[in-house]
Amino acid sequence: MNRSSRFVFSALCFGFAFLYLPILVLILFSFNDSSLATVWGGFSLRWYSALLNNEQIIDAALLSLKIAAVSATFATILGTMAGLALTQMGRYRGRLIFTGLIAAPLVMPEVITGLSLLLMFVSLQELIGWPVSRGASTITIAHITFSMAYVAVIVQSRLGSMDQSMEEAAMDLGGRPMQVAFDITLPLIAPSMLSGWLLAFTLSLDDLVIASFTSGAGASTLPMVIFSKIKLGVTPDINALATLIIGTVSIGILLASWVIFKQNKRHKEG
Amino acid sequence: MNDVSGPKKPRYSQLLGDKLWRNFVIGLPYFWLFLFFLVPFGIVFKISLADPIVAQPPFTALFDFGANAKSWLHATFDNYLFLTEDNLYWISYFNSIKIAGISTLLCLLLGYPMAYGIARSTPTVRNVLLMLVILPFWTSFLLRVYAWMGLLGKNGMVNGLLSYLGLIDAPLEMLYTNGAVYLGIVYTYIPFMILPLYATLEKMDLDLQDAAADLGAKPWQVFVDTTLPLSMPGIIAGSMLVFIPALGEFVIPTLLGGIDSLMIGRTLYDEFFVNRDWPLASAVATVLLIILVIPIMLFQRSQQEKE
Repeated sequence: MNRSSRFVFSALCFGFAFLYLPILVLILFSFNDSSLATVWGGFSLRWYSALLNNEQIIDAALLSLKIAAVSATFATILGTMAGLALTQMGRYRGRLIFTGLIAAPLVMPEVITGLSLLLMFVSLQELIGWPVSRGASTITIAHITFSMAYVAVIVQSRLGSMDQSMEEAAMDLGGRPMQVAFDITLPLIAPSMLSGWLLAFTLSLDDLVIASFTSGAGASTLPMVIFSKIKLGVTPDINALATLIIGTVSIGILLASWVIFKQNKRHKEG
Repeated sequence: MNDVSGPKKPRYSQLLGDKLWRNFVIGLPYFWLFLFFLVPFGIVFKISLADPIVAQPPFTALFDFGANAKSWLHATFDNYLFLTEDNLYWISYFNSIKIAGISTLLCLLLGYPMAYGIARSTPTVRNVLLMLVILPFWTSFLLRVYAWMGLLGKNGMVNGLLSYLGLIDAPLEMLYTNGAVYLGIVYTYIPFMILPLYATLEKMDLDLQDAAADLGAKPWQVFVDTTLPLSMPGIIAGSMLVFIPALGEFVIPTLLGGIDSLMIGRTLYDEFFVNRDWPLASAVATVLLIILVIPIMLFQRSQQEKE
């Protein structure tokens, strides 16, 4: 190994240790018997059982899962349409603004998105009387808005790298655009739509700031409950909750990417 | 028109259907983003011109056509004037730009060699390493920030390890400092830097580098003269993906920062939720958006070049 590749190798080692050590320590301490969150007192599952008996956390988790499932589904539909509109629809008026509207939510600071959506909901309520109150439904609309941009980017990059000869053949044989989209394009981009759905789901499950702005009295999502607890410091039951969330998400992502990997491989071989 | 091999001439109803489908696919997501992303910025601007009042909603209307209104337009720049008068806002904006800028640089310094290493490994190793970069991006942002609270605290792992090794006598103050904010931002945003850098480095044709090396250029010269300029699109995309959201960051300065770690996202949040001054919070957001116009345009350009 020469000097420059040794440097790259140590950067990789340091970088991955930096990314993973804090999470591993967090997981380790969720099995800690001591109620002092940072002193090791032996192995125990007591924080997990404490978690199962915490109704506030269970309710918040159920609400968050509901919002995530609904918003991810709508975000996937709208985001896929946006991806198609950006790659397969040629030119149209306002296309440049449309690309900006897709790119901007990816980087927009959450405080701005959250504040602007809340003020939008308040103005709509004054104007047309809807939404009557703020809560799960307004959070869902907010989550659809920012996660559809992520889905659009994923779908768009897949469509951009895809061979379009199948669609062209179908069109030559007299297929109408809508038929071709449903029979050819959508099955081909299904894996990207699945990744998009999963990403939208986890983004929604994770969002604190936008949900805090767009929620009303009474509706508290899981991140909102976690945040109000950890503002005061480290607590062992949140360590247990974090382990459950991180564990579930990691296993889900690894499984999903394994399935997509297998499918791609079969595609190439077939 | 007896060409049997060609497609049938579409009926008028089919053409109408095609047009409807096209308008639907373009129109619906466009309308949604227009209504829930673009219009709200206009409303933020409108409310930033209002006066705060004790009412529901807590601000005055921009237009008033009532009988006893003094004039139909009610707009004030008081909120913006107030922003320039109070040092708190100057410090918040300046601190945010400084912290976001330095964190972006740190992400680049650590992320570039990592992206380079990933792009130059064998395909199997590359896929595993990429997965390892993407995985934390999927797991909870809030909980990854929280993980550092346990590590950096007074009785945390880092202090425990240092005193066990005999390097310190008293625990170091690490949590609730600016340093912890830098650490938190680099930690949570570095995947956003690595991924676009990887994408440009992986596509790069290595012939230029080989040619430069053959002609006697030293490795660092090859890097500075060919690799670095060629990876500029990735550097810009990655830097903007880190800098822009970091500038408005709320969670990290609140959980890891101290009282003096003022960042504009946190100031805006407090102005809205603690002081309940909606017009002033809107003015803070409008100024932040103006600061962000150039970085966002840079980011959008880098996205379009990809197409």
